[in-house]
Amino acid sequence: MSLVFALAGNQNSGKTTLFNQLTGSNQHVGNFPGVTVDKKEGVIRDHHAGEHHRGLRSWGHPRHKRADIPAPAPALVVDLPGIYSLSPYTSEEIVTRDFILNEKPDGIINIVDATNIERNLYLTLQLIELNIPMVVALNMMDEMRANGSTVDVNRLEEELGVAVVPISAAKNEGVDELIEHALRAAEHKDYPKRQDFCTGAVHRCIHGIAHMIEDHAQAAGVPPYFAASKLVEGDAPMQRRLKLTDNELDLIGHSVKEMEDELGTDREAALADMRYTFIEKLCAETVVKNGESREHARSVAIDKVLTDKYAAIPVFLGIMLLIFWLTFGLIGAYLSDLLSLGIDIVTGWVDAGLTAWGVNPVVHSLVIDGAFAGVGSMLGFLPTIVTLFFFLSLLEDSGYMARVAFVMDKLLRKIGLSGRSFVPMLIGFGCSVPAIMATRTLSSDRDRKMTMLLVPFCSCSAKLPIYAVFTAAFFPQHGALVMMGLYVMGIAVGIVWALLLKNTMYKGNPVPFVMELPNYRIPSPKSVALLVWDKAKDFITRAFTIIFVVTIIVWFLQSFDTRLNVVTDSSASLLAGLGRLLTPLFAPLGFTDWRMVTALIAGFSAKEMVVSTLAVLTGANTATLPVTLPALFSSTLAAFSFLTFTLLYTPCVAAISAVKAEMRSGRAAVGVALMQCAIAWVCALAVYQVGSLIL
Amino acid sequence: MTLDKLPLGQQARITVVGGEGALRRHFLDMGLTPGTAVMVRKIAPMGDPIELHLRGYELTLRLEDAARIEVEPQGAEVEA
Repeated sequence: MSLVFALAGNQNSGKTTLFNQLTGSNQHVGNFPGVTVDKKEGVIRDHHAGEHHRGLRSWGHPRHKRADIPAPAPALVVDLPGIYSLSPYTSEEIVTRDFILNEKPDGIINIVDATNIERNLYLTLQLIELNIPMVVALNMMDEMRANGSTVDVNRLEEELGVAVVPISAAKNEGVDELIEHALRAAEHKDYPKRQDFCTGAVHRCIHGIAHMIEDHAQAAGVPPYFAASKLVEGDAPMQRRLKLTDNELDLIGHSVKEMEDELGTDREAALADMRYTFIEKLCAETVVKNGESREHARSVAIDKVLTDKYAAIPVFLGIMLLIFWLTFGLIGAYLSDLLSLGIDIVTGWVDAGLTAWGVNPVVHSLVIDGAFAGVGSMLGFLPTIVTLFFFLSLLEDSGYMARVAFVMDKLLRKIGLSGRSFVPMLIGFGCSVPAIMATRTLSSDRDRKMTMLLVPFCSCSAKLPIYAVFTAAFFPQHGALVMMGLYVMGIAVGIVWALLLKNTMYKGNPVPFVMELPNYRIPSPKSVALLVWDKAKDFITRAFTIIFVVTIIVWFLQSFDTRLNVVTDSSASLLAGLGRLLTPLFAPLGFTDWRMVTALIAGFSAKEMVVSTLAVLTGANTATLPVTLPALFSSTLAAFSFLTFTLLYTPCVAAISAVKAEMRSGRAAVGVALMQCAIAWVCALAVYQVGSLIL
Repeated sequence: MTLDKLPLGQQARITVVGGEGALRRHFLDMGLTPGTAVMVRKIAPMGDPIELHLRGYELTLRLEDAARIEVEPQGAEVEA
């Protein structure tokens, strides 16, 4: 049996950086059952190999002799979500505490930001109550040292009753010692030496209740002291877990009431106050801060511009424009070209090889037109995803994303979201796939799902060629206006949809917008690289599985007729047949020609396919399409209705598979796709019918 | 006075933490407990939310939420 450690800590405490240092690239991302919260696991690296101690001893922490160290056992570390408390109000906090209570890890590694120690220790005190061998990793000690600030680590250890190891996750200092201490604590079962940090009335109340519920707690596998302190806080999930009788609940209520009366405050404030009072006293005794830290002063100075009343929004838009230009214009486009050049070359070789070999033409078409064309076009997304996530992780890890949320919050609040959702939505105008993947950074499950549902209303760049062809054919005088109108319509429908969601499906209380603005920090290259690699791997896996299957299906529909003969005339294909079959459904929208419907179905695999399918079916090429297109449409209004439908209907299969991955439910993804089609149908119907009345 | 009315840069102490449910717990968990010293550092460009300085770090709150917290100004008054 290998040891299992839980890594817990506040957001912005350097937890991901430490996780990466502990495990290297030895990571595996999974999920907690039932919630869209990440669970990353990794094997702790062999800390004896290439061990360096970079002057950490000078921080005055006594180290045990090397001779005591047992041979390293393989150990696993689970990276828990960044949280501030163990209250039952966010899915992240519930996941963390359920993981620790149910999985009973052998040890907890609690990362604490030494530069923000008061608020970080608040979680530490609650973790200690869980009564599991624990080590505190006191992070950012390099910054403390550089600022001439000190922490009396021995004293801190004594008062907390758990080992404290000073580290710098970013500089990989002290991490080996941390691993040694964690292994030691877990192997020797060094339980925290104290759990009781309270005094007076709170102390009496928790102790009384802990005594009373001890049997229930043991039966439920919860440490009695933790259970008692949660009951004093009025924690409903804990009441249910312990299966308390009404009589016991009454007694608890009475005891709490007594405490509240004595303190003149309520139960929740009493406990929070007790913890913070203990921490304030502890910090006063152990931490010497040498004035304001350089990092804090620097952050305040940077914020003079980045969150300035006048400069903030222009600077933010400038940064996003630059990222878009670099991603979709410069770097991304260059990489895309390079990649498609590579794919073309390989396709050419295979094509020539198959021809030379004289392979059956159907198999030839399957390989070249189906597999290679399909996966090739999907891999075309990859450079965009890699480049975009490179920039996004810079924004996130530097601390700027929190500022964006601060600046943009007011805009999104009315639709029931917070400023945090702004960046994913903005990315949606470039490409829905990375936008949906970017919702991962949102701090609440509800916000994440709602943002994913709204991203498709931000018209993605792959729809631009469709708009361009249609405006050239039908609105040559008002091209820009129609284009603008479409974007505005997308946003407007999105807002209406969001209001609907807010008042129906997501009526539940949003997670309050009480957010930390961390100090700006230079992102760790390792973390950025790992995130980009993660996202790329994620997408490649999907490109070769679900997306691959869908493109093969589309190829099949395009290549065969109902008798499974290979078609020579594309209007005889199964796809065309499907288009004809569905045409009556679209007649009320003004789509009377089966070719329009067929193009829309083809657009499911990628939006560019709408234009190319229309071109093939009308015997034109992309350049002559504006000339042949008007023959399909009975009126300009029908063309506009078609544009409306294209704007709003389900995004491509790559985006749907991203929804499936992020929502961790195939059914939800299909539901989302159908819902988008329904919305598009209703809106196009409204455009066409209302338009017919007016015109 | 309530926290949303506190002038920029004015030091104050929290007297009462209101609100309920998740919001109140977030206040308390993030260190907004009675007796804590706070200062409003900044107001977002669109007038809401606000940025607070407390316990050596920066926290942002929406005005309507900040209105649930009672504070008592400390030291020299800052001109609003």
